[in-house]
Amino acid sequence: MAYDKFNIINSSAIPLNMDNVDTDQIIPARYLKATERKGFGDNLFRDWRYDSNNEMIKDFPFNNKNYSGKILVAGKNFGCGSSREHAVWAIYDYGFRAVVSSFFADIFKNNCLNIGVLPVQISESFLSELFNEIEKDNDSLFEINLPNQSISIMSNGQSESFNISNYKKENMMNGFDDIDYLVDRKEDIITFANKISH
Amino acid sequence: MGKTLFDKVWDSHVINKIDNGPDILFIDRHFIHEVTSPVAFVGLKSRNLKVLFPNKTFATADHNTPTINQHLPIKDVLSAQQVKTLEKNCATHGIDFWGLGHKMNGIVHVIGPENGITQPGLTIVCGDSHTSTHGAFGAIAFGIGTSEVEMVLSCQSIMQQKPKKMRITIDGNLNSCVTPKDVAIYIISKLSSSGATGYFVEYSGDVFKSMTMEGRMTVCNLSIEMGARGGMIAPDKKTFEYLKGKEFSPKDEKWDRAIESWRNLKSDPDSVFDKEISFNANEIEPMITYGTNPGMAVPISKEIPYFNDSGSKSSFSKSLEYMNFKEGELMSGRKIDYVFLGSCTNGRIEDFRSFANLIKGKRKAENIDAWLVPGSLKVLKSIKDEGILEILKNSGFKLREPGCSACLAMNDDKIPAGKYAVSTTNRNFEGRQGPGARTILASPLVAAASAITGKITDPREMI
Repeated sequence: MAYDKFNIINSSAIPLNMDNVDTDQIIPARYLKATERKGFGDNLFRDWRYDSNNEMIKDFPFNNKNYSGKILVAGKNFGCGSSREHAVWAIYDYGFRAVVSSFFADIFKNNCLNIGVLPVQISESFLSELFNEIEKDNDSLFEINLPNQSISIMSNGQSESFNISNYKKENMMNGFDDIDYLVDRKEDIITFANKISH
Repeated sequence: MGKTLFDKVWDSHVINKIDNGPDILFIDRHFIHEVTSPVAFVGLKSRNLKVLFPNKTFATADHNTPTINQHLPIKDVLSAQQVKTLEKNCATHGIDFWGLGHKMNGIVHVIGPENGITQPGLTIVCGDSHTSTHGAFGAIAFGIGTSEVEMVLSCQSIMQQKPKKMRITIDGNLNSCVTPKDVAIYIISKLSSSGATGYFVEYSGDVFKSMTMEGRMTVCNLSIEMGARGGMIAPDKKTFEYLKGKEFSPKDEKWDRAIESWRNLKSDPDSVFDKEISFNANEIEPMITYGTNPGMAVPISKEIPYFNDSGSKSSFSKSLEYMNFKEGELMSGRKIDYVFLGSCTNGRIEDFRSFANLIKGKRKAENIDAWLVPGSLKVLKSIKDEGILEILKNSGFKLREPGCSACLAMNDDKIPAGKYAVSTTNRNFEGRQGPGARTILASPLVAAASAITGKITDPREMI
């Protein structure tokens, strides 16, 4: 599915200062029953945003009106557990274009890159800086610059670089996905399939 | 320099390498189910693509299906629609669909091996993280997202960065009542729930050599719970014996040729791993979890640890608060409400045998609701044929029909909020078994002992 091209974003961020946030929290299994990719954003962090009586849980950052933005800043090992791509659909549909953490789970990271959410992996110390900055000023702006592979705190100019393969970077900047790439190489694939005898 | 088992299988499936990018990896076997496939089929349709090799994809309904009255139409409207959609998609594209009631139906990671679809040296993927299970046969098997499901359907390949390699070696003999589940949970508790992220694991040493195929599946299944993409074990005589004569296994001279090539599937003596870890078998006890990820586990005889500096204090406290446990507390002897036996981790026939052996001649505790869910219709049939159903009934237990059930609680099998469940599944995440449910992961033996006493119980006290 095509997604918006990613170049440079300049935005405030929503903090989620917790480690090991698993994809069952990002979107609980009972919301995976759709047969189309629609409406997942409504159920992002459903059980952390709402209690069992469907009342808003006030101290969850997403329910704090002071926080907003296209960037989610989260604790380490973000996105562990289930491979459900629905978790990243929910993040995208909610309005995020980038997730920043010191450490991502592998499948989650791949899923992000496949649908146009940029996973920005930074050092633990810079991650703490980001959390401090958001706490100090909820509206503080951050720049994520994909061509330069850098993330900066606009108020003080502090910056760190992040890794992404050239291939994925170009995909993100052009809104391409792997399927486009593979479909163009179907002949090679069929030749390979004929060659190996399983 | 020699090659590891992982290198051998991976490298032989690389169609192309992209500079400063991923490898294009050919996929031999693809499993799909009702929950993570529908959007991939929508994608195919919108791009006007066909399934490239329909005979390399196998479909089952397992994640959201009911575990009672499977002969009746599915009551839940959305679940019914998802299963129906899968059935239609399979019919449109010529894919075998093993729906409810089909003799091959069951949990995707149970039916692959039991029908011989899973074989050594293959690349196997599925839109489900516990695809790592199939690594028990010396295959490279891992979970993928729905975009990648669409890639495999349309192009029989995906694009992946080659992971790093880790070897975990455990030598020595296991103590009494220590099962493959305990071995896996022990490893995760040592490495943490992210300790193997970025790696593919090979398990080696006496413990895995002497383990049954079903035990190896349990261990490989849980590889993802320490962040690994997958885990694998070199195939040996046990692997070949398990596969011989299975529906999809090679036959006659093809079988002989297969065995010959499978024998080469082991790490060369001079191969190098990015990381090597070893443990002693005799240090492992029956394990249970106390927190909200599988790395938060202790030997059943030990207390819940105090916070140490390896993670964030607030995450640790939040976990204990959710479980309503305290640091330094002993869990053994605590009253519980539910026992769940099943899932792709522990829903195979050996798990039911070990559960039945322990409860035989005893009565289920009054305070316990027990849900016993076989991994497949074939497992269910064996439970009946081997007389295990009789044993279960005589002890006050009932048996359900196959599916993922309360492992992820997509169907009606939800543990109520605040209740404690000793569960043979793979994840104790918040709300995993139902909103507010409190999960304690354990082996089928611990589950059986706890079902009899109504409390968290060390099986060594009962044998």
